[in-house]
Amino acid sequence: MSILLDRRSFIGGSTLAAGGLAVGIWLPLAGRAEAQTAPAPPDEVNAWVVIKPDDTVVIRIARSEMGQGSLTGLAQLVAEELECDWARVTTEYPTPGTNLARNRVWGNFSTGGSRGIRESQDYVRKGGAIARTMLVQAAANEWNVAAAECTVADSVITHAASGRKTTYGKVAAAAARLTPPTEVTLKDPKTWKIAGKPLKRLDTAPKLTGEQRYGIDLKLPGMLSAAIKDCPVAGGKLKSYDAAAIQGRPGVKKVLRVGDSAVAVVADTWWRAKTALDALPVVWDEGANAKLSSADIAAMLKEGLDAKEAFVGNESGDARAAIAAAPRRIEAVYSYPFQNHATMEPMNATARWTPERCEVWTPTQNGEAALAATIEASGLPAAKCDVYKQLLGGGFGRRGQTDWIRQAVAIARDMPGTPVKLVWTREEDMQHGFYHPITQCKLSAGLDAQGNITGLHMRISGQSIVAALLPQNLQNGRDPVTFQGLNPGGAEGVFGYAIPNLLIDHAMRNPPVRPGFWRGVNLNQNAIYVECFIDEIAHATGQDPLALRRKLLAKSPKHRAVLDAVAERIGWDQPAPQGRFRGLAQIMGFASYVAACAEVSVSKDGKLRMHRIVAATDPGHAVNPQQIAAQVEGSFVYGLSGALYGGITLKDGRVEQTNFHTYPVLLLDEMPAVEAIVMPSGGFWGGVGEPTIAVAAPAVLNAIYAATGRRIRDLPLKNHSLKQA
Amino acid sequence: MAKLNVNGREREFDAEPDTPLLWVLREQLDLTGTKYGCGVALCGACTVHIDGVPTRSCVRPVSSVGPNEKVVTIEGLSPDGTHALQKAWAALDVPQCGYCQSGMLMAAAALLEAKPVPNDADIDQAINNICRCGTYNRVRAAIKLATTGA
Repeated sequence: MSILLDRRSFIGGSTLAAGGLAVGIWLPLAGRAEAQTAPAPPDEVNAWVVIKPDDTVVIRIARSEMGQGSLTGLAQLVAEELECDWARVTTEYPTPGTNLARNRVWGNFSTGGSRGIRESQDYVRKGGAIARTMLVQAAANEWNVAAAECTVADSVITHAASGRKTTYGKVAAAAARLTPPTEVTLKDPKTWKIAGKPLKRLDTAPKLTGEQRYGIDLKLPGMLSAAIKDCPVAGGKLKSYDAAAIQGRPGVKKVLRVGDSAVAVVADTWWRAKTALDALPVVWDEGANAKLSSADIAAMLKEGLDAKEAFVGNESGDARAAIAAAPRRIEAVYSYPFQNHATMEPMNATARWTPERCEVWTPTQNGEAALAATIEASGLPAAKCDVYKQLLGGGFGRRGQTDWIRQAVAIARDMPGTPVKLVWTREEDMQHGFYHPITQCKLSAGLDAQGNITGLHMRISGQSIVAALLPQNLQNGRDPVTFQGLNPGGAEGVFGYAIPNLLIDHAMRNPPVRPGFWRGVNLNQNAIYVECFIDEIAHATGQDPLALRRKLLAKSPKHRAVLDAVAERIGWDQPAPQGRFRGLAQIMGFASYVAACAEVSVSKDGKLRMHRIVAATDPGHAVNPQQIAAQVEGSFVYGLSGALYGGITLKDGRVEQTNFHTYPVLLLDEMPAVEAIVMPSGGFWGGVGEPTIAVAAPAVLNAIYAATGRRIRDLPLKNHSLKQA
Repeated sequence: MAKLNVNGREREFDAEPDTPLLWVLREQLDLTGTKYGCGVALCGACTVHIDGVPTRSCVRPVSSVGPNEKVVTIEGLSPDGTHALQKAWAALDVPQCGYCQSGMLMAAAALLEAKPVPNDADIDQAINNICRCGTYNRVRAAIKLATTGA
């Protein structure tokens, strides 16, 4: 069979590894042997490396750049093995269509779950090493010497014995004709010269001058612009609209239904389309969720806290019996709200459809899922579709979805031959997210007379992302991703505390609001639940929060090492400066170990000030330490924005938040000093874009408790007063 | 055709008078460095200078900008990307996704015009742009680097 696949061939196949976090991807199920293989362009040494005659090195990057820096990090890994001149390195994205046509030579395009580097480091480094081997071989052939006699550095190949030198650019064409070696040895990371170094990003300069084009900036000849409104009630439909009411408005070309729930206006400029849409009378069929409120959802989740049935995530011993038998018990209920990604660049896609070809230009975290959506929405076979990935103005998980791409293609299909750029308003973005899932959690601990924990039951009740987006990845109904950071084993996120009788389970309750992967995913609330409750136990039993954690982490040395690092840097053994209070948190997630210590003060009138945060990360291998530090700094903004100010709520079936006045985020003046300790211990590869987010909130919440004696158990903090009596 | 003075040049455009300056810049004049983030003057991604004053162009009707008022966008901050702030931003690798950075730079540049060596409180007050990637600490450090060399 060919690559002309129907939709059924695309769904079902997914690379979601156990505990992994694929962001809605579809892969063709065609056997590899059957898939067509398109020829490689003549100027590439291999799929990852193109060398131009002027020695410019073009490194191909399959994962998407959205600010997290993996474009630079992946290029560093290839360049390290390639032994090329870093100053001559540029990058390019292969298109998802080319990947499909070339039998997925670049592997997975999905960029989420902090997997960009850790899950492609092996094959991209091999790609660099293979290209280097071929380049050296080409020079050796030309000189008629053994390749082993040649050395290479900074794109220059030297044969010392005969005093000859050449450059990659001169031998690249010959190298491209050689058969690639099947075996290459990768360098020991201890010998890295490009990878592992705090190099500058490759993509900064155009971001400082306005030259950088994002998806929203795209302009094609003859292009029109579209604005859209989807039914504000989840599951609702578009009943009718009165196009005549906006007839004759300047620039308006078309008013059309998109799918069964949205209406769009197409005009010569987006502003004209948007204002015409604002003036368009629309009637919605609000459907079954027309009265849905946050109180309904909270009640639904509350029931799950004591429900009999629940999926087990981690169990050892008999927690229920141990707690029942304990002389002392502690119990607390926490909750974490829906959150919106609110990327700074609103969702957008430009599509051009003809019966012969459908092309889409869009910022996406998952080029292959974007292509699959394009194929489906266009009604055309795969070979007639492609997606051109644009730089993302933020992703955070939202751009792993494809909803806006389907809309754009549907609009373009109604206007054959005309490129149409669909841009969402901020309001559309706030009200049509794939929100961080909502959960509640009841924690019960049994304590013996000495204050030791004899049993712990952590019951999570709430929403499953996997059930909504990747139901094929449920395990007998259980969502493994719910238990991020709470797992008994595996690479993804191991619960570090040794507790003799432990039960962590999940009563799945799925309200009709679509959930999504929100930077940090379920590690966010899991870290808050565990780390704040451990803090509660420490205070209730008169134990030092650091000492208690260290004791429980005795058999989890990597968890303990990051915790120790922050404690040492903040000076935990010394009192905090006058009026300031500290809180700790640690967790493992996305295969990395992270910890944070926050230092805050709370004024008499309840104003919180975060002075200083120390954060430690052990990602195994650190490809670019200064970019990891940037991710750690940014993680505090994202995590604390959600915990302090975030929260998406519903009333009458509608999301109540519409813009940044009702969904406020952290600003520069509130930002604490962040000291990032990057402490790679080697031997494994962990992600860095997300794990630190999870410790941001509990560290600050524990510090707030230390400052005020108030235990904040449901978020966001803005709903609580910290005013001192 | 109405006229605007943008980045030292007189530009003609065709838009309804109540069209925000942002959309004239982006859609009529192809100056897309100025970004749309919220449309209601909350995020600052659309910040430009009008006669040196930092202005959120998403809520400023284009008809309220006189033909003699000087509009400067990120594209006009310096002829070749060598404004002291641009250099400091590059030195500290400030941008992540970069989408908010045009507005950040324009807000910071206006601050330096008013106060060549701003202190932390000045920076706190002047830079209230939203960045979702979380570049705030590097923004602050870059402003200091540009003004004090440290």
